[in-house]
Amino acid sequence: MAAAPITAPPLKPYPVIPILEVGAMAGTKSFPANAQIQEALGFPGELVEDWHDKAIDKLGELLGKYRSLKVYLDACVHCGACTDKCHYFLGTGDPKNMPVARQDLLRKVYRRHFTWSGKWFPKLVGAEDLTKEVLDDWYSYFHQCSECRRCSVFCPYGIDTAEITMAAREVMDTIGLGTKYTNEIIGKVHKVGNNLGLPPAALQDTLSSIEEDLKEETGQDIRLPVNEKGAEVLLVTPSADFFAEPHVYSLMGYAKVFHAAGISWTLSTHASEAANFGMFIGNYGQMQKIATRVRESILDLGARRLVVGECGHAWRAAYSFWNTLIGPFDFLDPNYPVPQHICELTYDLIQRGAIAFDKSANDKYVVTFHDSCNVARASRMGNLPGGQFEIPRAIIRAVANKFVEMYPDSIREKTFCCGGGGGILTDDLMDVRVKGALPRMEALQAVVDSDGVNFMAMICAICKAQFTKVVPYYKFNMSMVGGVHQLVGNAIRLGPK
Amino acid sequence: MTTATVFFALLLYAATLLGVAGLVWRIRDYARTPAPLKIPTTPAPTTTGGVVLRMLREVTLFESLFKANLWIWLFGWMFHVSLALVLARHLRYFTEPVWFWVAWIQPFGLYAGLAMVAGLAGLWARRFLVERIRYISTPSDHLMLALLLGIGASGLSMKFLDHTDIIDLKAFALGLIYFDWQPLPAHPLLYLHLLLVALLIGIFPYSKLLHAPGLFFSPGRNQADNPREKRHLADWAAKLEKAKV
Repeated sequence: MAAAPITAPPLKPYPVIPILEVGAMAGTKSFPANAQIQEALGFPGELVEDWHDKAIDKLGELLGKYRSLKVYLDACVHCGACTDKCHYFLGTGDPKNMPVARQDLLRKVYRRHFTWSGKWFPKLVGAEDLTKEVLDDWYSYFHQCSECRRCSVFCPYGIDTAEITMAAREVMDTIGLGTKYTNEIIGKVHKVGNNLGLPPAALQDTLSSIEEDLKEETGQDIRLPVNEKGAEVLLVTPSADFFAEPHVYSLMGYAKVFHAAGISWTLSTHASEAANFGMFIGNYGQMQKIATRVRESILDLGARRLVVGECGHAWRAAYSFWNTLIGPFDFLDPNYPVPQHICELTYDLIQRGAIAFDKSANDKYVVTFHDSCNVARASRMGNLPGGQFEIPRAIIRAVANKFVEMYPDSIREKTFCCGGGGGILTDDLMDVRVKGALPRMEALQAVVDSDGVNFMAMICAICKAQFTKVVPYYKFNMSMVGGVHQLVGNAIRLGPK
Repeated sequence: MTTATVFFALLLYAATLLGVAGLVWRIRDYARTPAPLKIPTTPAPTTTGGVVLRMLREVTLFESLFKANLWIWLFGWMFHVSLALVLARHLRYFTEPVWFWVAWIQPFGLYAGLAMVAGLAGLWARRFLVERIRYISTPSDHLMLALLLGIGASGLSMKFLDHTDIIDLKAFALGLIYFDWQPLPAHPLLYLHLLLVALLIGIFPYSKLLHAPGLFFSPGRNQADNPREKRHLADWAAKLEKAKV
């Protein structure tokens, strides 16, 4: 497979809806998983012979299991409200990246096989058989969706393309068509405990070297405890925090917060991953199996609180799904939400005056905040709806003097995905990733020009990895990208004052 | 009893039966299909009361659509509100004595008839004029608008151009309800109107008109945002859990 040329569209001073370019991204495909990767998850190693019937059977099964899928496939009226809402459409102009058109790739097969009108009048209602060409389209375009839910905010029926994408990926996995990137990672979690495949000994080494860095930086013994029984808090964080930049600075930030507040905490090698790629492929069993490591770890270590680090979809999985998948958590401290986001924990400490900051430490930065899609549109922080927007911003304001918002249609519930979420943070989709970042890059450019913004804070490991890779295509410096707890770590006052 | 009377009486019964039976079947199907995970589009209300309010705003104001696109919202809202008024106005053909509020809204219902057609025209124009919407439109999207426009136009024509005998029509309508058939006025526009209405009722549960009940079953809109506070477990997921233990 020849690598597609990677091109960044020019930044425009205000958002422009592109002219349609039919088929522009049809040839851009994520590398397929090989037999070994597929079989490790219990999927067929290659496209099965009776793939058509198997796919239809699976779709039927999912229709009986997920009300979202059934209702969303029925309810669309093709009103067009979502057509200009997807960052991949805005960045590529490919009409099949319009949410409704992406859904229609599955909907037309649903209509053909599961509705009366599609059986008898396929042409009339846009029903189509599942041909090899349709399957090819599925593979291309359901891997150009980051399951970010921006379309669902605007749909008059709340139709969420993420649900459709997840179902389509689940069907494809069942007939032997998975992606290398996502499915290989899921296999690593099952085998080793984290997306990076970092074995326990290597993880412990990494953590001790970070402790040394912290000692050098602060002169204090700030610990990164691992597998410590009896610690109050079990922190589950994306494994990228352990050695990717800028992720690691947020990890140091968490450590400083725990240290300054005197909270005993621990990481776990068994559950050394907050990310849950089972969600990306819409597979309930995989998602549950990944999450189960968290339950096993907290029971084993005897922690009383469960805290999750900076990661968008991981927070969705934790906040929205853990109680369902691996709950109930009635054995944990009822005085704290379970699970609790690290931002909720830090914000609570700030509110109580338990930690203090020297805000001038961040004076070199003019900060803006990128809301990560799964935090913004699929979860909450605090007690009130919208806490997921207010709490991170309140933290930034508490630790930095200069904070600027990007334009209103690009933040909060209307935030644009970074372009790398939902299982497409892979080099083979770099062209899609670069183009999908366009709306965010335009919003960023505007505040860079108007206010001199030089730091975009975020609370998602995928956003961080995506942006550090992608912003250079738009002539930004990758050091602009960082975590909220990186800022917290810069400004927090440690030890005796 | 003319052939037309018998034909339309039977047609309307059949269409209603087809429409209602289909709708009951769809709604039962939606209600019985589990929603295994909490997936409200957030920020979402945290209580059931809040969800009712959110849904009320969606149904009456088209809140999400308003955020999305003012043109679609304008035409869509205009059409739906007008349709509701027009339907309410039509209740005078089915009630004796006519309910006071039905009598009261008669003049508004008339304007609504015009606004309904205007809204539909706007929605249809978008299917030709906006490239993105032209791309996603299927023949049935066009035909559905044509059908609704046909109903509106034939109805308005009977009001403004060529009246039918309203007294006889009402007798026919009441006769349908009480299974005491009365002759239908012989009037081509009325025939057309009733034919299209019967078609609309009949295809309701087998077409994209399912968006109406669908909204109420949309997990993105009808779930409360309380997964930490309350454990949510679908039947099949619970069985999965039991099997593991």
